[in-house]
Amino acid sequence: MKPRALVVDDDSALAEMLGIVLRNDGFEPAFVADGSKAVQVFRETKPDIILLDLMLPGLSGIDVCRAIRAESGTPIIMLTAKGDTTDIVLGLESGADDYIVKPFKPKELVARMRARLRHHEDVLGETLVIGPGESPVSIDVAAHQVVRDAKAIALTPLEFDLLVALARKPRQVFTREVLLEQVWGYRHAADTRLVNVHVQRLRSKVERDPERPEVVLTVRGVGYKAGPA
Amino acid sequence: MTVVEPGPAASTGSGVQPDSGSDPDPEAVPDWWDRHPVVLRLRSVTGAVTGAITGAWRRSLQVRVGSTTAVVSFVVVLLIGVFIVDQVAGGILRAKRDAAVSQAELGLVSATSVLANVDAGVVADVADAQQQITSTLTASGKSAGLFSIAIESAPSGSTEKSSGPVIPEGLRELVRSGNLAVQYAPVLPSADAQHTVAGLIVGEPVQARTGVFELYYLFPLTAEQQTIQLLRRTVWLAGIGLVLLIVGISLLVTRQVVRPVRVAARTAGKIAAGDLSQRIPVRGTDDLARLGRSFNEMAGSLQRQIRRLEDLSRLQRRFTSDVSHELRTPLTTIRMASELLLNYREEFPAELARSVELLHTELDRFEALLGDLLEISRYDAGAAKLESDTADLRGVINSAVQAHDVLAGRQGSEIVINQPNHAVTLDMDTRRVERILRNLLGNALDHGEGRPIIITVGEDENAVAVTVRDTGVGLRPGEAGLVFNRFWRGDTSRSRLTGGTGLGLAISLEDARLHDGWLQAWGVRGHGAQFRLTLPRHAGHTLISSPLPLTPLDEDEEHA
Repeated sequence: MKPRALVVDDDSALAEMLGIVLRNDGFEPAFVADGSKAVQVFRETKPDIILLDLMLPGLSGIDVCRAIRAESGTPIIMLTAKGDTTDIVLGLESGADDYIVKPFKPKELVARMRARLRHHEDVLGETLVIGPGESPVSIDVAAHQVVRDAKAIALTPLEFDLLVALARKPRQVFTREVLLEQVWGYRHAADTRLVNVHVQRLRSKVERDPERPEVVLTVRGVGYKAGPA
Repeated sequence: MTVVEPGPAASTGSGVQPDSGSDPDPEAVPDWWDRHPVVLRLRSVTGAVTGAITGAWRRSLQVRVGSTTAVVSFVVVLLIGVFIVDQVAGGILRAKRDAAVSQAELGLVSATSVLANVDAGVVADVADAQQQITSTLTASGKSAGLFSIAIESAPSGSTEKSSGPVIPEGLRELVRSGNLAVQYAPVLPSADAQHTVAGLIVGEPVQARTGVFELYYLFPLTAEQQTIQLLRRTVWLAGIGLVLLIVGISLLVTRQVVRPVRVAARTAGKIAAGDLSQRIPVRGTDDLARLGRSFNEMAGSLQRQIRRLEDLSRLQRRFTSDVSHELRTPLTTIRMASELLLNYREEFPAELARSVELLHTELDRFEALLGDLLEISRYDAGAAKLESDTADLRGVINSAVQAHDVLAGRQGSEIVINQPNHAVTLDMDTRRVERILRNLLGNALDHGEGRPIIITVGEDENAVAVTVRDTGVGLRPGEAGLVFNRFWRGDTSRSRLTGGTGLGLAISLEDARLHDGWLQAWGVRGHGAQFRLTLPRHAGHTLISSPLPLTPLDEDEEHA
């Protein structure tokens, strides 16, 4: 089955062109131009991935991102015309998984989308356990389930991938660059803020006190690693 | 004291130099004097005090006016006071003297009648006569005040009169020669007094049957002296009060003038520092108020002008930024379309295929130009921020060289890197520094005419420098300053190989400036060009010099 992509962009020419490119690359695109209708169309089409322009009439891209993230972990890639730092960070913090700056090369866009849709070569019955002994976090990789203190934690696919990447090698320290490559699929150095923002989001869900993390630890000057099991 | 001399003064620490007699110049300050700790401390203390006073004198108009007024008014009041005291004291003493003389003249008649029959030789008779004269004259004494009387007989009764008041010999000489004479001399205020006081003695000869007696009136001047004392004190107090009053008034007046001036100075300082909304509070309609109003008007018009210019340039910057942004969406569409076309170019006829290729490469250029425009508009808006990190410059150079590998191969230019074997670390925004180096390299390859390009790294304690040298076309005189201008083209007829945007060096210069660094160019027609980037090793430090010369060493002799 072809993966469905929802394109939220008010520029009709760009949306049409995106449609051509996506169809060429084996996606099934759906379109919405108005920000205020984006969430409704999202519910109707149930896409596998969303391409979201930040500058939208009606509801802004940031708000759309927040609204969708509130009800679903569907991967969101922001299309931004601004290279400005604040916009990107704001977009990532509101729940976007990745961003791509206009004008982008279609190949690059498709590569990013594929990276977000890639499924892990799931090992049957693989369960990973990390975190402090008295309150461990157990990850059922095949079932995409994370449980801590007998409570299921809802993670977006990206957050799940990030946690699994760290949990599979609990003693290894991952640099941001390595995480960008493993989780986001970047080939060469990119914006390490992507990692920082998502680690914060992940911590806010799995940590008991995000200010004093026990599950995802920061290794100063190097990167991150999973807390001791 | 680290140096100890064998001299007795230095070893004992006494402040007195023993006179050995060997010193030919007694005026010369001995050497040890300059190094004596007490002398040194005293000098430093007096130096500090003098420094503080001269500092206050220079800084404060109020101090200057106040002290000048104090000195001048003190001198004037002193002169007036001395003059007044002198005049009044003279007048009092003159009046006393006149009264004393008239008293003596008045008493002459009765004294003559009493002494007429007294024999100068009989001591008891003389004493009787003195008592009688004293009582008579004292009773008649009026304006001249208290006095006592002494009688001497000629020629000299000094031996038997030793217990009486001492009459100065000069006065006696005058009286003996038959004159009425006056002299100021110390007298005893009363018979049982222990100490003499200032006094006035009037003497006159009295003709008796047996000879001439000398009659002396002794006036103590205690009352007069007290009056003069009181006067002096009063004048002193009044004078000091007057000086203080004048100084106070002068301070008050200068304060009234100085305060608005100080407020104006402070306000002007704040305006100069960028707070254009600062104004001077104006009250009244006097000269200072007028000054304040003019100042405020000036500040207001300045503020309006600057606001207008700011708005204008903000508008312009916004425009550049907006245009760059707005162009991006259609550019994305065009780019996607061109990629799509490019993928099918094998199926197109040759001309169409080439057109698609051209469209594609020119889109790259267009995109680079747009990116550079956006970057420079970010600089113009002051929105560029340094993301500084400590890193090894060699890694940055290597990645910049790698980025131009293909172009260098195409040009046939070899890139030679002269850099130390150890890490050259400094605080820098690696993205920006790499961009500078990429631009310099691209520029060198563009104009290097296929000859080698030499990159040299130099460092010292405070700074790190990189030079990029080519031996291509070089620069005409005066062009070294123009290369950093936006869209400046050295030679309009030359074809461009790297497809540079014309903004590369301008952005590089801004990048260097953002690091508080330098980016400079050297070039001679036919000898190539050299660009030197100098960066402070630590963020925030100011560069003083560069570890590498701007002019290449091999060109030094010819084009110094």
